[in-house]
Amino acid sequence: MNAKIENFSGNLIEFRDVSFHINDIPGREVISGVSLTVPVGETVVLLGRSGSGKTTLLRLINAMLLPSQGQVVVQGRATVEWDPIRLRRGIGYVIQEAGLFPHFTVAENVALVPSLEKWERGRTEARVGELLRLVGLEPSEFAGRRPHELSGGQRQRVGVARALAADPPILLMDEPFGALDPVTRAELQREFRALAQRLGKTIVFVTHDLREALLLASRIVLLEAGRIVAVAPPQEFLRLEHPEVRAFAASLETGPGVLA
Amino acid sequence: MSPGLSDWSFFVEHRAEIFDATVDHLTLVVIATLIAIVIAVPLGMFIVQRPALRAIALGVANIFQTIPSLALFGLLIPIPFIGGIGRRTAVVALVLYALLPILRNTYVGLSGIDPAVLEAAEAMGMTPGQILFRVRFPLALSVILAGIRTATIITIGVATIAAEIGAGGLGTFIFRGVALVSDSLILAGAVPAALLALIADFFLGRLERRLRVV
Repeated sequence: MNAKIENFSGNLIEFRDVSFHINDIPGREVISGVSLTVPVGETVVLLGRSGSGKTTLLRLINAMLLPSQGQVVVQGRATVEWDPIRLRRGIGYVIQEAGLFPHFTVAENVALVPSLEKWERGRTEARVGELLRLVGLEPSEFAGRRPHELSGGQRQRVGVARALAADPPILLMDEPFGALDPVTRAELQREFRALAQRLGKTIVFVTHDLREALLLASRIVLLEAGRIVAVAPPQEFLRLEHPEVRAFAASLETGPGVLA
Repeated sequence: MSPGLSDWSFFVEHRAEIFDATVDHLTLVVIATLIAIVIAVPLGMFIVQRPALRAIALGVANIFQTIPSLALFGLLIPIPFIGGIGRRTAVVALVLYALLPILRNTYVGLSGIDPAVLEAAEAMGMTPGQILFRVRFPLALSVILAGIRTATIITIGVATIAAEIGAGGLGTFIFRGVALVSDSLILAGAVPAALLALIADFFLGRLERRLRVV
């Protein structure tokens, strides 16, 4: 891997006054004037309601979208200047429902980026085994299965393993646990937090669930209608006065259940 | 008049001719279907990302299918190079009939893939070519094969008409039977043609199920 993102200190990801509008039509802005830095090793959670622009921000990082104005800088270089293929192979990506390839086995799914990067077979196999164990799936039991033979939680574990395969310094996660039942979700969130701390990856995580944000984030970035309205570490976030923060905080207290 | 002993004895007596006609028929069908696959599958891959071309390609293929087969054979005869009396013209007409189901299914199969899978493929750094050949195509294969199956069955039926323009095959017996008002002759062409269709349907259907993912 020649142009791989590696050994970069400082800000791995930087948004410099970024706006994005669909089909470049001004006025129909999805993202307006966003500036944000993501230092190495942090887990930044983009929190917001549906349509607030969280996923758009995420897709601007790996050049699935390019900014209409401003720059998104990844490892010191603007995404427009990156070869998108090279950029993406250095960035892990996990989405809701995992998006596993149904015609591949679990092992083949995890080995996707290594196979694209033409790793030797032995190295790939060793890596797949290592990763499956890392996400709590016994390789001898799961490597040969197809995605449809897995539970939702297991699929999402494979999704995480696949994203980590080529050891990318950056992980992008778009509501990865959103489609899981509450018990499995809580389980994966806890495990993922431990994993993230251990691996030291730079993670950008999208969610609309404040509780998930509080659990996983080193910094929470709150979005409203395509703008950043608050940035704070989780322990300070709930003390902010911004109305959208209050609205999210209120979501913690409503609901039929008693909070833990 | 129901088929009786005389039909059976006719069949037995002429089994060599019927066998030869069946082989001719099958050859016609296989050649036409293969050519249609070679044209329609790449074309289907090409039009997936191009809505304007897609409308044109599917529209044209659709028109071919609406032309009555006997008329299409007739219309092709005066055309230079591809026309004339005989097998070549028949193959051209059969290919035109087989295009639509294969083209349509190739397009439907390639475009009907879970968006999350395609998003993941793109985000993992697969090139558009890798996404097409390693993700879209394998996932669309059973749908494409269903189109090939439909095309094959259609071609087996339409190929009986091709005898009218001198292409040979099982239609020869049918047309002769109609002219001579002989049930035995008609059945000698119709029964093997029906059997061919059933057998093709069975085996291609099995293959299709085997290629189905999930």
